[in-house]
Amino acid sequence: MGGFAVALQPFNLLWCLVGVALGTVVGILPGLGPPATIAMLLPLTFLMPPASAMIMLAGIYYGAKYGGSTTSILLNVPGESASVATCFDGYQMARKGRAGPALGIAAIASFIAGTVGVLGLMLVAPPLARMALAFSSPEYFALMSLGLAMVVLLAGRSMVKALLAMLVGLWLAGIGTDLFSQTSRFTFGRMELLSGIDFVVVAIGVFAIGEVLANMQGREAAKALPFPKGVRNLLPTVQDLKDSRFAFANGSIVGFLIGVLPGAGSTIASFISYGLEKAVSRRPEEFGKGVVEGVAAPEGANNAETGGALIPMLTLGIPGSSTTAVLLAALVLWGFKPGPLFIPENPALFWGLVASMYIGNLMLLVLNLPLVPVFAQVLRTPVYILYPIILGIALVGVYSTSGGLFDLWLLVGFGLMGYLMRKLDYPSAPLILGVVLGGAMERALRQSLMMSDGSISILVSRPVSAVMLSLAVLILLIPLFNKVNTWRLRALEK
Amino acid sequence: MRALSADFWSGLALGGLGAYIIVRASSWEYLGPDGPGPGFFPLWYGIAMAALSLGLMFSSLRKQDPDQIDWSGAGRAFATWFALLACVALLNVAGFLLCLAGLTFFIIAVMYRRPLKVAASAAIALAGAFYLIFPFALGVRLP
Repeated sequence: MGGFAVALQPFNLLWCLVGVALGTVVGILPGLGPPATIAMLLPLTFLMPPASAMIMLAGIYYGAKYGGSTTSILLNVPGESASVATCFDGYQMARKGRAGPALGIAAIASFIAGTVGVLGLMLVAPPLARMALAFSSPEYFALMSLGLAMVVLLAGRSMVKALLAMLVGLWLAGIGTDLFSQTSRFTFGRMELLSGIDFVVVAIGVFAIGEVLANMQGREAAKALPFPKGVRNLLPTVQDLKDSRFAFANGSIVGFLIGVLPGAGSTIASFISYGLEKAVSRRPEEFGKGVVEGVAAPEGANNAETGGALIPMLTLGIPGSSTTAVLLAALVLWGFKPGPLFIPENPALFWGLVASMYIGNLMLLVLNLPLVPVFAQVLRTPVYILYPIILGIALVGVYSTSGGLFDLWLLVGFGLMGYLMRKLDYPSAPLILGVVLGGAMERALRQSLMMSDGSISILVSRPVSAVMLSLAVLILLIPLFNKVNTWRLRALEK
Repeated sequence: MRALSADFWSGLALGGLGAYIIVRASSWEYLGPDGPGPGFFPLWYGIAMAALSLGLMFSSLRKQDPDQIDWSGAGRAFATWFALLACVALLNVAGFLLCLAGLTFFIIAVMYRRPLKVAASAAIALAGAFYLIFPFALGVRLP
């Protein structure tokens, strides 16, 4: 109940509303994802109390999942990758003149699964944090290695490229003064680099500017199908709800479980949920032609994933995706230490966040059903207006954290890097996770070796770290096993 | 002789970075009396980076039909990037609002070929909006 006392404060309610509304808009706009938006707004949140800032940023995260369905259904263009599976049946429903019920069922599925995801977060996070209290440096190193290995496995077609991106992230994290020995590393003689590269600069450059540059390649945006007017036209029929009842449950459970796994993310959750729904359906041949379950399952899964993904981030300090990596960095920048002690030390923040997610999901349902036509108007914003706004906010955001022009040069450089990574098929999630985890990973490894007087055997002589490191090695060896790797590539290509 | 693929060139660049990391890390302490030194971790990821880059380069050379990168439209992206670069370079001289207006004008008029009037009004409106939102309403300093 303490959480609701925090979340129901008028100021926090307002920021929750701002977050979910902004998230919906971000989800609707193809090419502008939640990590880019959260990274761009992060510097501005330093003016706010941390609880309000966290409530708003989390609102953007799960709000974007709601918004993503709108473009999938009306444009056949996913607002973000998690909504790709929604295109299959959502767009077909819209072409048959059932865009309203498709948008309605997407909102209802998102609400149900999003609420289940928050419930899971509430029930699983505290005991997991208590369990993780027994972890020491070797277990943390092993856990971070496992998390990075999972991200590398699922980030892109080429695991070599994903690994290289992660290593570049580790290198970027290592730039600056070594805290153990005070040695300056990779600073190229620049004073500005002695304190390291700010994560915000990398994230905004790679996500926001990289995305703008990639989108600048095309001249025009896709044309949307007409959207339904009036709430009545958005409501699904009783038969639609009946047909979707198992999809609601499937999406909620699959989404939450996949969310807890590092690296898997909402895109995979939505595909698995869609595949499962099709596999158990009595009419699998109709999937892809506009069945309502084909919208409910992936939309539910990508919302339930949010609650699951926050669990390792808050309780272990290990983010599983780009967005949770940015959220983790936000917590660190505000002075918090995500990990096993985060919940006991900051109960008001944690429970306030959980409560705000219940409220936010309700706000999204109420907002999305009647306001879909209004949100869909966002699609009419000309991209040539949108891109200068994003570039301007990126520049102001970075300058407001550092106060120096040097970081703006870095920002422009990381923007080009983000664009080239997209062109050359290097995934950005391992890079960002490498930047976020690099410092902690090196610290955990060096502390482990100090504990063992330099013997690396400490990492494999403790059961928990041995199991996690073995799993990480097995994951990285997957390309050597043809059958498993073929399955991985097929799953990624789907 | 067939042209070398993008994977080869990106592998070469990252291999160079890996070699640089190895050279720099070798000059720092690897293991000291208190445990691993500042060179310990970078040396290992530098080696991993160099090895993986070599692997990427060799595999790209062995591929009969390397993946082709679609560079169409890249000119537009690079032009926008250069405009952004110029915007940052001119910040000290012209100030943020003028630079943002110039960047907006460039994107709308040159990249999207919209009428000059539209571009100019959007540039002025955007610069004004940034001034009103950031320094005026939020108290955030502009670059």
